[in-house]
Amino acid sequence: MAKLTYIKAITDGLDQVLQEDPKTLIFGEDVGKNGGVFRTTQGLQDKFGTDRVFDTPLAESGILGLSIGLALTGWRPIPEIQFMGFTMEAVDSIGGQMSRNRFRMSGDVSMPITIRTPFGGGTHTAELHGDSLENMFVGIPGLRVVTPANPYDAKGMVISAVENNDPVLFMENLKLYRSMKDEVPEGHYTVPLDKAKVAREGSDITIVAYSAEVNEALKVADKLEKENISVEVIDLRSLSPIDTATIFASIDKTHKVVIAQEAQKMAGVGAQVASAIAENDIMSLDAPIGRVAAPDSIFPFAMAENDWLPNADDIEAKVREILNY
Amino acid sequence: MAANSKHVVDFGHIKSTMSDPYKKPVQLIDENGKIVNKELFDRFSDDDLVNLMEKMVWERALHEQTMNFSRQGRLGFYAPTYGEEASEMGIAHAMKKQDYLFPAYRDLPQLIQHGATVKEGYLWSKGHYQCYDYVRRGVRAWIPQIIIGAQYVQMAGAALGIKKNGEKDTVAYAFTGDGGTSQGDFYEGINFASSFQAPAVFFVQNNGWAISVPRKTQTAAETLAQKGVASGVPGVQVDGMDILATYLVAKDARDFAVAGNGPVLVETLTYRFGAHSSAGDDPSRYRTKEEEKPWFDKDPLIRLRKVLTDKKLWDQDKEDKLVAQYKDEFKQAMKDAEAAPKQKVSDFLKHTFEVPTPDVAADIEKFQAKESK
Ligand SMILES: Cc1ncc(C[n+]2csc(CCOP(=O)(O)OP(=O)(O)O)c2C)c(N)n1
Ligand SMILES: [Mg+2]
Repeated sequence: MAKLTYIKAITDGLDQVLQEDPKTLIFGEDVGKNGGVFRTTQGLQDKFGTDRVFDTPLAESGILGLSIGLALTGWRPIPEIQFMGFTMEAVDSIGGQMSRNRFRMSGDVSMPITIRTPFGGGTHTAELHGDSLENMFVGIPGLRVVTPANPYDAKGMVISAVENNDPVLFMENLKLYRSMKDEVPEGHYTVPLDKAKVAREGSDITIVAYSAEVNEALKVADKLEKENISVEVIDLRSLSPIDTATIFASIDKTHKVVIAQEAQKMAGVGAQVASAIAENDIMSLDAPIGRVAAPDSIFPFAMAENDWLPNADDIEAKVREILNY
Repeated sequence: MAANSKHVVDFGHIKSTMSDPYKKPVQLIDENGKIVNKELFDRFSDDDLVNLMEKMVWERALHEQTMNFSRQGRLGFYAPTYGEEASEMGIAHAMKKQDYLFPAYRDLPQLIQHGATVKEGYLWSKGHYQCYDYVRRGVRAWIPQIIIGAQYVQMAGAALGIKKNGEKDTVAYAFTGDGGTSQGDFYEGINFASSFQAPAVFFVQNNGWAISVPRKTQTAAETLAQKGVASGVPGVQVDGMDILATYLVAKDARDFAVAGNGPVLVETLTYRFGAHSSAGDDPSRYRTKEEEKPWFDKDPLIRLRKVLTDKKLWDQDKEDKLVAQYKDEFKQAMKDAEAAPKQKVSDFLKHTFEVPTPDVAADIEKFQAKESK
């Protein structure tokens, strides 16, 4: 097994699906010769040819509309939207079209489309490059929204996403792209798209997080362990649907929960987790639900990103508050 | 493709002179039923002419009967096609079974000609899932698109799919209106198909109005056809009240695309004789009788009826009989549509994902319990 970065793990996963299924196609802006602006598709055009891996004109609605037409004619598209902020150009293709087609056809038409897109703060990018827009998308029935927090999951989940017959919005965290390495098996393996993972076991409090916030939560767990506080960390992995069973099992044990996300607080993922707990498992808790999220402002100017993004310190403070309730 | 006539659809010529789009609409018979292009007219056999007339009579009868049903409160959203018969049926006549059709809401007649049933059209209007049974039957047509422009980008994908599948003699079509040409997706779809040199024919049925907004508000461009030119796609304007012209242009555009020359954009000049939709639109709020009058004189049925009558291929009795026969069929279709089974929310839930997620599965159970009461 090789130690791979998150980005290489995704490349590896894409290489795998291109090999296994001749109907898979990768396309988007700069994904061909240039291998993507982050090199996620590096080498794939050389290996699989320009019929399978190709650049498109620069238009996001066009790219996702193209995906729908290709899916209708028997292909399995893996379009890339260069940054998640640009998905706003293609919201109709996602929410108005591809996610509705199975329903429209009573299950007789599939839209096996995996939209890959990088997101996430902390890398001081230009405006609308770092925004976490999952809260906009998780409210769309028929669309899966997933995001891996480590290289192992990244490869296994990208393979699962491509093999899935429903549209999947596959969010890749920019900050994680090159900041961590994992043992990543060669060849084909999958990580389920709708199962949360217990990233670390603990017994005193549960932190529910996803993407980069999982690492922040793990830092908190490490630190508090020295004080004999045992923190369980759950990595959601799938933001829609949300694996509530894993969350409930954890809080039945810890009786305390903090939900951490990088996105703004209004509605969305953390709010949904809180509501699911309140609706189904509130009696397990012996303290209020704690939430850590970005403030409900516009994603900040790059130089102020670190002041705005929720980090380990914020999570730690919230965990202590809930523990001392 | 024929040559040497100023009315000839010479796409090759258009392509090589992109800056000079075709500005004189293609026409074969004028509004008085006078044959203005004998050379092109002679490409039609008597059978062709009768067949085209029958299709227009069918569409007009469909419109009339459907408006009746609508007034009786038996339908939901319906976009009248009155006045656009030459545009819609001329193009439909050029489509082949293997072609993919991406219609908009006003294109039910073409969709039905391509293999959907009138009953499915009525179910679409009423809002019942069986309206898309034609897709299940393998008819190569997608849904009548409500989001204006979306069909253009999706069709570009299907055209690329056709090319990648190596299917010969197959094209993809999409329809939009004059208002639709202002959408970003309109340009993106044409431009994508152009970039990939995919077998695509894009149609704009310019009926003068986008609900209450006139054509001139959409753009200062002289023609809508020329909007293809900037994408490297030949654009052709055709008299959309002349079914012989719309058919020929659609056919030549198809030939051009299947020959591997890339997409074509066709603008048909037509007119919406009636309201925008059956949902309370009143054209007198935004247009005058003076504007409408010359268009009614261009009625596509009048001119072909005259040509056929002169050739002794048609008479009123024949037309009346056909209309009566068609209307009987539509009445039956309506009865069939009204007999469609009650829909179940649990079924909708089942088709949200291929495999229901736990939350969806819980809702399925909940609704099934309700439905079994
Ligand atoms: C994206 C979108 N915007 C607005 C509408 C509402 N709408 C429905 S039809 C219409 C006018 C369309 O005009 P045109 O494209 O000329 O087609 P026509 O109805 O005349 O055939 C409008 C504004 C819509 N359906 N979709
Ligand atoms: Mg119009």
